[in-house]
Amino acid sequence: MGAYFSDIFLGLWSLVIGLGITFREFFKPVVTVPYPYKTIKMSERYRGHIELIEDEEGNPKCVACGMCQRACPSGCISLASKSVEYEAEVKGEMKTKKKKVLTKYDLNFTTCSLCGQCVESCSFGAITFSKEYNLASSRKEDFHFDLLNRLKERNS
Amino acid sequence: MSLTILNALVAVVAAIAFAALNAAYLVWAERRGAGRIQRRPGPNVNGPFGLLQPPADGIKLMTKQLMIPGGADKALFMVAPVLAMAPAITSFVTIPFSETIVARSMDIGVLMIFAFASLGGMAILFAGWGSRNKYGVMASVRAVSQAISYEVPMLITVITIVMMTGTMNLHELATSQAGGMWNWNIVPSLSSPLMPVSFLIFFICSLAETNRAPFDLGEAESELVAGFHTEYGSMGFGLFFMGEYANIVIGASLITILFLGGWDCPLGLFPGVWWFLLKIYLLIFSFIWIRWTFPRTTIYGLLNLSWKILIPISLFNLLLTAGLLKVF
Amino acid sequence: MSGPIHIRPDETFTLNVGPQHPATHGVLRVKMEMDGEYIVKAETVLGYIHRMHELMGENRTYPQVLPNLSRLDYLGALGYTHGHVLAVERAAGIEVPERAEYIRAITVELNRVASHLFWFGAFVMDLGGFTPLMYAIEDREHILDMLEAVTGSRLTYCYYRFGGLYNDVDDDFIAAARAFIPRMRKSLKKYDALVTGNIIFRKRLEGIGPISAEMCRKYGATGPVARGAGLDFDVRKNEPYSVYPEFDFDVPVYHECDSLARYKVRMDEMEQSLRIIEQGLDKLPDGPIMPKKKPKLIKPPVGDYYQAVETARGSFGIRIVSDGTKNAYRFKLRSPTYSNMSLFDEACEGMMIMDALAMMGSLDLVIPEIDR
Repeated sequence: MGAYFSDIFLGLWSLVIGLGITFREFFKPVVTVPYPYKTIKMSERYRGHIELIEDEEGNPKCVACGMCQRACPSGCISLASKSVEYEAEVKGEMKTKKKKVLTKYDLNFTTCSLCGQCVESCSFGAITFSKEYNLASSRKEDFHFDLLNRLKERNS
Repeated sequence: MSLTILNALVAVVAAIAFAALNAAYLVWAERRGAGRIQRRPGPNVNGPFGLLQPPADGIKLMTKQLMIPGGADKALFMVAPVLAMAPAITSFVTIPFSETIVARSMDIGVLMIFAFASLGGMAILFAGWGSRNKYGVMASVRAVSQAISYEVPMLITVITIVMMTGTMNLHELATSQAGGMWNWNIVPSLSSPLMPVSFLIFFICSLAETNRAPFDLGEAESELVAGFHTEYGSMGFGLFFMGEYANIVIGASLITILFLGGWDCPLGLFPGVWWFLLKIYLLIFSFIWIRWTFPRTTIYGLLNLSWKILIPISLFNLLLTAGLLKVF
Repeated sequence: MSGPIHIRPDETFTLNVGPQHPATHGVLRVKMEMDGEYIVKAETVLGYIHRMHELMGENRTYPQVLPNLSRLDYLGALGYTHGHVLAVERAAGIEVPERAEYIRAITVELNRVASHLFWFGAFVMDLGGFTPLMYAIEDREHILDMLEAVTGSRLTYCYYRFGGLYNDVDDDFIAAARAFIPRMRKSLKKYDALVTGNIIFRKRLEGIGPISAEMCRKYGATGPVARGAGLDFDVRKNEPYSVYPEFDFDVPVYHECDSLARYKVRMDEMEQSLRIIEQGLDKLPDGPIMPKKKPKLIKPPVGDYYQAVETARGSFGIRIVSDGTKNAYRFKLRSPTYSNMSLFDEACEGMMIMDALAMMGSLDLVIPEIDR
């Protein structure tokens, strides 16, 4: 008989403790950040989609070696290059040398998993993660980034 | 003669307006309260403090397509939401808000309110069966057994109070407690020392009768999708929703009138309708507070609580009060 | 479509706790034959989110599979990546510097706490209490912010590499982790008072969903499910790997076999993980995070390699069969939740549906991990 009443009483007391906790939380400040009106600064290492880095003259550092394209698990990167001849001084004489120049660097962000294999495999430091998180669109084509174009637009 | 009819009409319309306005804005209060308890803002986009959220929800619900599942019992399906809302609103007619503000003071006010509350239980049964959905049937079976089990201790407690006061008229029940906090029915007195226990039992039973957590098995969101109103969209759902909140207001008003002195001031100074409203809203805040703190009970835990704990205690209280009333 | 519902002669009806259901935490379908509220027979139907991770392991080179492992169990992603990285390192014979090992252990334990927090919130929400979910998510945000500052992602980290880590941790992380530990301990006390001591919650879980040690052995259940049944088996203690032998922590085991025991195992595990993090931060050595000699192309010698790690859900095993080329020949993932889930069919016979769903919540299922 005593157990019947002590059960009820202890049970009720545990309920009261629970109510006390939620009552205290009622007066604590709100944790939510009201998103469109206030934004949070992204951390430094945040992984947005990759972007090309330029050197001092505004050209992309990328030499179109294709390591990133091979390292990508999902095949998002497609790049193309062309050979250009240029004059350079070698041992006092002018010689014609060839080098590769990047003509196209496309990223298909719809299949990218932000793994970082491309950034890690680039030995020229030509690509890095951006801080873009505000991407929303209703068409798939908006996520096929033309990174070379974006680089030119950033520089101009 | 025509003035009396006009009076009656105005009173009824005012009662209905109060009920509907409360049902709409209690949703807002619940969402904001729940938000603050969970440390998030709650609706604050539509209008200042989100006050235009209920009209926005109302417009949304009214413009949605009303779908009736194929093979559903059309009559039961359409009647159920109306049957959930109508008794709650009509019960407002007898509730006295102050000495003079009462739509129609009836001598069997208490009995009428409980009779109408049972109709609400029928509405759940119709909704579950009429939607031809297994989740709905299971939920309504649970909800009906819950409604029946919790009416019994509620009525026993009310009989105790009616015995003490000698009348079923809600207006007289409230005036008999006039004069300050120590006259209220919740305070234990010589003829009924277990009154706070009765208050607690009545409080728990009104939580269960209105299908509020922790007794919301009928709507058990995480188990049975949406319980008995799974198949209702648009205004059907809206009526169930508003009916539930109207029932909450009725439950809170009953508790206030039966136990807390109605429109009486705790110190007996300025009785009036504002005290009544303050008490109702404090009780409703505690309903909201309880809902967002506790998990759901199981069906057998719920029935055990009613039949093995609440009914024996309330019966004991009834017999004790009856005996002591003869003595004192 | 009109007419009466067909009632079978033995008066049971089929209830489809369908792929879309708030309680099943993913796309899981359970076909239940019910007699009123009681389950007569249950049959789990899996495969709604099969994404062929094992086949992808065969078609990709070893580094290219790294992002896949996080997508298996996205709540405890670092544990799975840890297993994969250890297996390939064992296969290819790559040495890991000590600082990297310590940082791996610290981040795995942080991830375990985050996973258990989310389980806690979702479990109590299943039972009807919506508030502890919000509190748990707020605590979890701190962990996710810490890990984002280091790795760059919040949920599907691709942080470990073969031989070490991608980035090093800085002092901010260490300070934030040290500040987090007392905060989390305070929160655990709050959850104790709000949830564990609550009479309604206890009545919901005590004696519900008994899973005996025999049943665990029969189906190969590991992790908190087995430890709640009295089996004292934790891969970190029984088959130690990485730098775990250096840490001093307990493995909580409860013998009651019901849902409350499994719940208590996980809450205690959170406390033990905090202990490990504390010790790891104290013992963190300086040094490089990648080995000096790292093979450019990972081509493990021909053979069969297996590594088991203890994740938040149980013992995750990864078996790599290599044929000497740069792709694995067979990439087998032993998913702990698959074994935990298989005992659901037998364990829930004769229970009421509410109790069965409470038991399912206490098993801590993440369906994408079952279907891989």
